[in-house]
Amino acid sequence: MSAPNYKPHLSRSEIFYPTFERKSGNKEVTHYCPGCGHGSLHKMIAESIQDLGINDRTIFVSPVGCSVFAYYYFDTGNIQAPHGRAPAVGTGAQRARPHSVVISYQGDGDLAAIGLNEILQAANRGEKMVVFFVNNAIYGMTGGQMAPTTLPGMRTTTTPMGRDTRLAGNPTRMCELISTLDAPIYVARGCLASPKHTMRTRKLVRKALKMQTEGKGFCFVEVLSACPTGWGMQPVDSHQWILDNMVPQFPLEIFVDKTDLDHDDYIPPKAPSPETFHEVIRIADAANQMAPAQPETKYKDPRIKVAGFGGQGVLLLGLGLAQCGMMEGRHVTWLPSYGPEMRGGTAHCHVNIADEEIGSPLISKPTVLVAMNQPSLTKFEGELVEGALVIMNSSMVPNKPKRKDLELLELPATAIAEELGNARAANMVVLGAYAGYTGVLSLETCLESLKTLIKRQALVDLNVKAITKGFEFGKAARG
Amino acid sequence: MATEAKRPPLLIKGNEAIVKGAVLAGCRTYFGYPITPASEIAEAAAKDFPAIGGTFIQAESETASINMVYGAASTGIRTMTASSGPGISLMQEGISYLACAELPCVVVSIMRGGPGLGNIGPEQGDYNQVVRIGGHGCYKNPVFAPSSGQEMCDLTMHAFEIADKYRTPVFVITDGFTGQMMEPVSFPDPIPLPPEKDWAVRADKETRENLISSIYIEHDELEEMNLKLQRKYAEIEKNEVLAEEFMVDDAEIVVVAYGIVSRVLRSTIRLARAEGIKVGMVRPISLWPFPKKQLEALAAKAQQMIVFELSNGQMVDDVRLSIHDNIPVRFYGRMGGNVPTPEECLDVIKRYAAEGGAK
Amino acid sequence: MASRPDRGRVEINADECKGCLLCVSVCPTQVLARTTNLNKQGYFSVGYTGSGCTGCGFCFYTCPEPGAITIRRLEKSA
Ligand SMILES: Cc1ncc(C[n+]2csc(CCOP(=O)(O)OP(=O)(O)O)c2C)c(N)n1
Ligand code: SF4
Ligand code: SF4
Ligand code: SF4
Repeated sequence: MSAPNYKPHLSRSEIFYPTFERKSGNKEVTHYCPGCGHGSLHKMIAESIQDLGINDRTIFVSPVGCSVFAYYYFDTGNIQAPHGRAPAVGTGAQRARPHSVVISYQGDGDLAAIGLNEILQAANRGEKMVVFFVNNAIYGMTGGQMAPTTLPGMRTTTTPMGRDTRLAGNPTRMCELISTLDAPIYVARGCLASPKHTMRTRKLVRKALKMQTEGKGFCFVEVLSACPTGWGMQPVDSHQWILDNMVPQFPLEIFVDKTDLDHDDYIPPKAPSPETFHEVIRIADAANQMAPAQPETKYKDPRIKVAGFGGQGVLLLGLGLAQCGMMEGRHVTWLPSYGPEMRGGTAHCHVNIADEEIGSPLISKPTVLVAMNQPSLTKFEGELVEGALVIMNSSMVPNKPKRKDLELLELPATAIAEELGNARAANMVVLGAYAGYTGVLSLETCLESLKTLIKRQALVDLNVKAITKGFEFGKAARG
Repeated sequence: MATEAKRPPLLIKGNEAIVKGAVLAGCRTYFGYPITPASEIAEAAAKDFPAIGGTFIQAESETASINMVYGAASTGIRTMTASSGPGISLMQEGISYLACAELPCVVVSIMRGGPGLGNIGPEQGDYNQVVRIGGHGCYKNPVFAPSSGQEMCDLTMHAFEIADKYRTPVFVITDGFTGQMMEPVSFPDPIPLPPEKDWAVRADKETRENLISSIYIEHDELEEMNLKLQRKYAEIEKNEVLAEEFMVDDAEIVVVAYGIVSRVLRSTIRLARAEGIKVGMVRPISLWPFPKKQLEALAAKAQQMIVFELSNGQMVDDVRLSIHDNIPVRFYGRMGGNVPTPEECLDVIKRYAAEGGAK
Repeated sequence: MASRPDRGRVEINADECKGCLLCVSVCPTQVLARTTNLNKQGYFSVGYTGSGCTGCGFCFYTCPEPGAITIRRLEKSA
C-alpha cells in the first residue's frame, strides 16, 4: 500500500503579503490580539479576493480603529482613511476609478458613531462598494470605551457601571437601519463565534465581494466579532459571550438581497472631443465685438446702481449694461446684492463701465441711479455724486428725488412695456433709454446683447421693441 | 501660469469661472456641499462635470466632501471641492490628512462674514484658517488669492498645476464679492491631462503595491516625513511666490491688500496720486508662500506700510514678519461684511501720511 | 495499525500561533491541544496530537492568524 497523499486544502492566502514589511517588529504575524475577530475576517476577505481574482482591481480602505493597519496585510491597492470617513473616501476612489472594487472596512465606533452619516449616505447613494462592519461592541483601539453597539448594562471604561440606556442610549442596529434604504442590494449579518456561524459568514463575505466583480451596488456585511482584550475575557469565553449576549441583540439575518435583480446604473456622459470642449461647457460663444459709442465726457465711465423689486429684472438690466459695455470693448464689472438682502423682495446691483481697469466693483458713489420703484430712489438718493443722473421708472415712482442737483430722466418704463404687451420688459426699456439718453452704448449693441441676455427665443421680439422704444424715448428726452 | 490662445471674453460670475478653469485644467471630479456665497461653484459643477464625462456629487457635508476628495485624489486624478468658512472649518481634519498623504487637490474658499454663522457678506477673516493652517500638525498649503474673474479661472488652473507639481492640497481663496461678481473672462484652451501618477492607487496591476496613508507609527519615520514636507515647503517658498505691484516705484507709502480690497485700494491710490500722495500697492497673489522678498525690498525705500483687510488684522502679521518691523506697519480693517469705500481708505492713507513714518 | 488513513492533516506554524486556543475549542475531533512549546512571540503554541484530523477546516477559518494553520486533505483518487 502506497503512502497516503495529502494535497493542500487551506493555507495562507496569496492576497496576504508574504511578509508584513510595513509592520514593525514581527513581520510574520498580525498586530491583532490573540483571538481577535479582525484576523479571522481578514482571512475570509483575502480568500475571496484570491478566488475571484480581483486583487489588481481592489482598493482596500482601512479605517481608524484596530484595523487601521489592514494595509499591512492586503496585497491590493490601499488607502488609509480618517476616522469614520472610509465610505466617503471609498466614494471618491470608486467614482474616480469606476472599474475598481472598493472595500470599506470599519469598526463600530468608526462606522456607527463618528461615521454614521457617511455610511448611511454612501448606502443611500448605492455606491459600488462592499462594507465590512466589525461589530465588537466596543472601542478596541482606544482602550475599551463604549461603542454605539455596546450592550445594555455592559461595562466599558466609559460606562463603568454598565451602559445605562437612559443615559447612553441603546445599541445601534446597523443592518436594520441600512435595510430601510432603497439602494443597498445586499445587507446581512454574520458572526464569528462558532464553526457554523463562521462558515456562514464566509459565504456572506464571498457573496458581497462577488457582487462587486459584477459591478453591482452597495453591499453591507456586519460581523459580530470578539474583542477579548476590550472585554477582558479569554478568547474562547468571548465566543460564548457573543452567542449568549450579542446574537440576541443583533439577529443573524440576511436583511436585503436584491442581488438577482437587474440594476439601473448611472452612466456618466462620454467625454467630449477637445474641439467641442468649449461648446460643451458653454464658453464657446463669445459675444460679437461692437464699435464703441462715443458719449459726452460727463457720461463717460459711469458707475451705475440699478435697484427695484425682485421681479423687475433689475439684475438682468445690470447684466445687460455690463454685457453691452464689454461688447464695446470696455472694462466692466457687475456685482449683485445677494443672499437675505434679496429675500425681502428688493434687489440691486452695481455696474461699472470704464475705459481704464476697474478698481472696486462696489459702488459707493454712483454717477447713475436706475430706480425701478419708490423705495429704491428713497434709499439710494443720498449716495449719489453731485449732478448724478437718475433714471426713474415714473410709472412706479410717484415722488421725485428731494435733492435738487440731480439730473432726472422720468421714464414711464413699466407703462411703455405694458403697452408692448408685457410689464416685465420694463428693464429693457430702461436699457434702451439709458443708451439713447447718454450715448454710452449704441442701439446696435443693445439689440445685439439680447442674443446673450434672452434665452427664450419667443421673448426676443418683445425685448427688441422694448429697447428700441426706450432708446427713442431717451434720445428725445435729451433733445 | 496662464495659457495662451485666449478667446474673446465672456461675462461670467467669478464662482463659475472657477469651475470652467477647473474643467479646463483637467479636473474630473467635484465633491461639495452648498453654502452661500460659494454655492454657484457647486451648481456650475453639477452642470459641467457630467457634461465632460466627469463626476459631480453633492456630498452630505463638508466632512464627506473633503474625504471624497481624499479618495479621488488617492487614485491620481484631478479633483476639487469648494466651500466657505463654516464648511472649511469642517474640512480641516481632511486637509491635514491630504497634506500628510501628499495628495494633490484644489480647495476653494469663498470667504464670508464670521465667526459662527456670521453672515454671507464678503470678509477675509479666514486668512489665518487657510494660510496659517486650521488643521493639526506641521503642514502648509499653497494659497492663491484671485481678485478678478479672470484670475478666478487662471489661478484655479494654476492651483491644479501646483498641486500636482508638489503633491499637495492647494487653496484658492477669495471673498464673497469676487465670487459673486461678473466680469469679462477670456478662457484658454484646455490643458492636456497630466500623465498617470505612479504613486497613486489606480486599481490596476502597476499600482497595486501602492499605499496612501498618513500614518507613521515610528517617531523617527514621522519626523523624517515631516522634514520631507518642510523641504517641499521650502521649495515652494523659493519658486511659487506671486505678487503684483502697482505704482510702487516712488512710493513713500506702500499699501498691502489682496482680493477685493486690492481693487478698492486701486481706486484709492488713483485718488491719492491725484492729490500728490506718493502711494503704491503690493497685492500678494500667493498668500502662502508670502511675497516676503518684495516687501522687504520695498521696506528699504518706503516710509511706512498700511495693510488693508476685511478682518481684524491677519495678513498684517505676515507683512510685519516679512519686513521685520523695519518701518511702521499700520492696519485698517473692516469686518462683518462691510467693504470700505475708496474714499474711506483715502482718509486712512492721509491720516498716516500726516503722521509720517519715522523709524 | 492497519486502520484507514486520516482524511485530513493539520499543520501548525508554531511561531505564528498566538495561543488563543480558539482552534482547540472548535475542532470537532479534539485533535488540537496546547503544547509546552513557548514560541518566539512568547506564547504556548498549539499542536496537532498526531491523528484524527478530518480536514474540516473549522480551525483554519477560526484562527485569526493568516499563516498559523495549514490544512491538507487526503487525495481521493489515491
Ligand atoms: C477624529 C478622531 N477622533 C477620535 C479618534 C480616536 N480613535 C481612534 S480609534 C477609535 C475608536 C475605534 O473603535 P472601533 O471603530 O469600534 O474599532 P475597533 O478598534 O474596535 O476595531 C477612536 C475613538 C481619532 N483617531 N480620530
Ligand atoms: S483590542 Fe480588541 S479589536 Fe483590537 S486587536 Fe485587540 S482584540 Fe482586536
Ligand atoms: S487559533 Fe491560531 S493562534 Fe489561536 S491557538 Fe490556534 S493556531 Fe494558535
Ligand atoms: S481541520 Fe478540522 S479536524 Fe482538523 S484540526 Fe482543524 S478543526 Fe480539527
